[in-house]
Amino acid sequence: MLAFLSKRLLQLVPTLFFVSVIIFTLQQLLPGDPALVMAGEERDPEVIEQIRKQYRLDQPIPIQYVYWVKGVLSGDLGESMRIKVKVRDLVAEKLPVTIQLACMAIVIALSIGITAGVIAAVFKDSVWDYAANVFALWGRSTPTFWLGIMLIFLFSVELGWLPASGYVRPSEDFWGSIASTIMPAFVLGNVGAAVLMRHTRGAMLDALQSDYVRTARAKGLLERVVVLKHAMRNALTPVITLGALELGELLSGAVLTEQIFSIPGFGKLIVDSVFNRDYAVVQGVVLVTATVYILLNLIADIAYVLVNPRLRG
Amino acid sequence: MVDAALPLHDASEPVDSPASRALRRLVYRKGAMFGLAVILLFVVVAVFAPQIATYDPTAQSWTAVRKPPSLQHLFGTDDVGRDILARIMFGARSSLLAGVISIAIALAVGVPLGLAAGYVGGFLDAVISRLTDAMLAIPFLILAIALAAFLGPSLSNAMIAIGVSTTPAFVRLTRGQVMAVKVEDYVEAARAVGNPPWRVVLVHILPNILPALMVQASLSIAAAIIAEAALSFLGLGQQPPAPSWGSMLNAAQRFLAGAPWMAVWPGLAIFLTVLSFNLLGDGLRDALDPRER
Repeated sequence: MLAFLSKRLLQLVPTLFFVSVIIFTLQQLLPGDPALVMAGEERDPEVIEQIRKQYRLDQPIPIQYVYWVKGVLSGDLGESMRIKVKVRDLVAEKLPVTIQLACMAIVIALSIGITAGVIAAVFKDSVWDYAANVFALWGRSTPTFWLGIMLIFLFSVELGWLPASGYVRPSEDFWGSIASTIMPAFVLGNVGAAVLMRHTRGAMLDALQSDYVRTARAKGLLERVVVLKHAMRNALTPVITLGALELGELLSGAVLTEQIFSIPGFGKLIVDSVFNRDYAVVQGVVLVTATVYILLNLIADIAYVLVNPRLRG
Repeated sequence: MVDAALPLHDASEPVDSPASRALRRLVYRKGAMFGLAVILLFVVVAVFAPQIATYDPTAQSWTAVRKPPSLQHLFGTDDVGRDILARIMFGARSSLLAGVISIAIALAVGVPLGLAAGYVGGFLDAVISRLTDAMLAIPFLILAIALAAFLGPSLSNAMIAIGVSTTPAFVRLTRGQVMAVKVEDYVEAARAVGNPPWRVVLVHILPNILPALMVQASLSIAAAIIAEAALSFLGLGQQPPAPSWGSMLNAAQRFLAGAPWMAVWPGLAIFLTVLSFNLLGDGLRDALDPRER
């Protein structure tokens, strides 16, 4: 296990290096003089000169990169050009909102995805299986932003049951917080549910045809016990690790969902900083996202080895 | 006397190739055929939009603002009185173009890199693979948004951003396929008779990994169309007043209470197109999978 861990951690070094290079390179894509673009409306030569100094734009690119990485490693992700707040503080403020949303979404995705997947596999080729497959195809093909808009139309405009936008902190009003996040969480969880359903169905079909399930049936166990205890427990291990990866995908989906429902989270921070041409924030946020994603991958891998004694070696 | 000889294979009869067998299996898949039909329909609409559409997609009319669907405007009109049906038809152009061109970019960059990494191996493989890992570590849409933001908002930059963000998936797929195929006897044989590496790769390996690439391309077009709509929705794709399904949805959001039809049609158009590419991709995968035989 220790060998596996150290090998896996060592692999992270080049990946993180390349991630930092990619994100740093983004800045080079800006058309024209980056200092001018970063200054935005500001045309005062003194300000532009200050930006050039602050971001070391007057130095060669490799030197700029070294300084940037040095800053990142010491926890300095730069500063918002627009609101003069540290990117680190912005992230710390917005991330909890998105984590709440993502956790609710993953609960929705797991409960719908696993239930539908197990039912589809147990009743293979039945109406249920067919319905579950249609659901998965629908989930894969519906743009999240359209689903969000349609849900707002139905539940906020027509029925008036849920707020169309805005966010309430759970510490202020727990049920109000749930009401303000349940629609976006569903929209976010929908795609994940479709993905998890397909994987659960596949894994369950394999498990149901395995020798240990045949043995369990031959022992005369109830079908319910065979399915829930023997087959499902084995089939779900890969699915759970997949759930961790889905959590990373949710960060992507949160960008659009938070925008539609005006939720002041991580995703909206990205969009807002893109609109404000606040490039340091975009870079910082993408870097944090990639790091979270890499860590989730690592956790998924470790979990997979932990629950699979055969891989422990 | 009855001729006792067994009927031999008639040499004049064409031999059934794997490709034609796969095509036959594909034709029998209702979902894939439905997908193909819808895609063709959208292609025809996109190509002949100027001839089919009865309204100019950018012509505003202050006497026809937010009119519900009627015989005059089958899909209704938008917040500045433009015909929604005409905008959907012209919007099909940017959506399909973005889907196809961005995946073409991803194939053009990703496949050669994957071939090189998989066939040459060693240090080159290590560098390409780590770079791929790094790009895959940034969620697809976030990478596309960041790229589009830094490149500047326009449809062509959105296509580049989506294409670049999709590239690592093709590098990884191609590399994996090459690794699996290059140990096959026919590749060894091609090498043994003295073919140069480029010939082994292009003539003997590439044709054998094409099916996997086709499936991935079809499914990736679906994802690219959603991504283009998302970027346009955020204002990073097709710029107004040119019509695109994503930006139409963005405008619709503000008039949801009074004019819900503004949101229904563009969303339905995206959904149908993406569904069709997904169905076609699934059908292709099943038809090309030798295990299905």
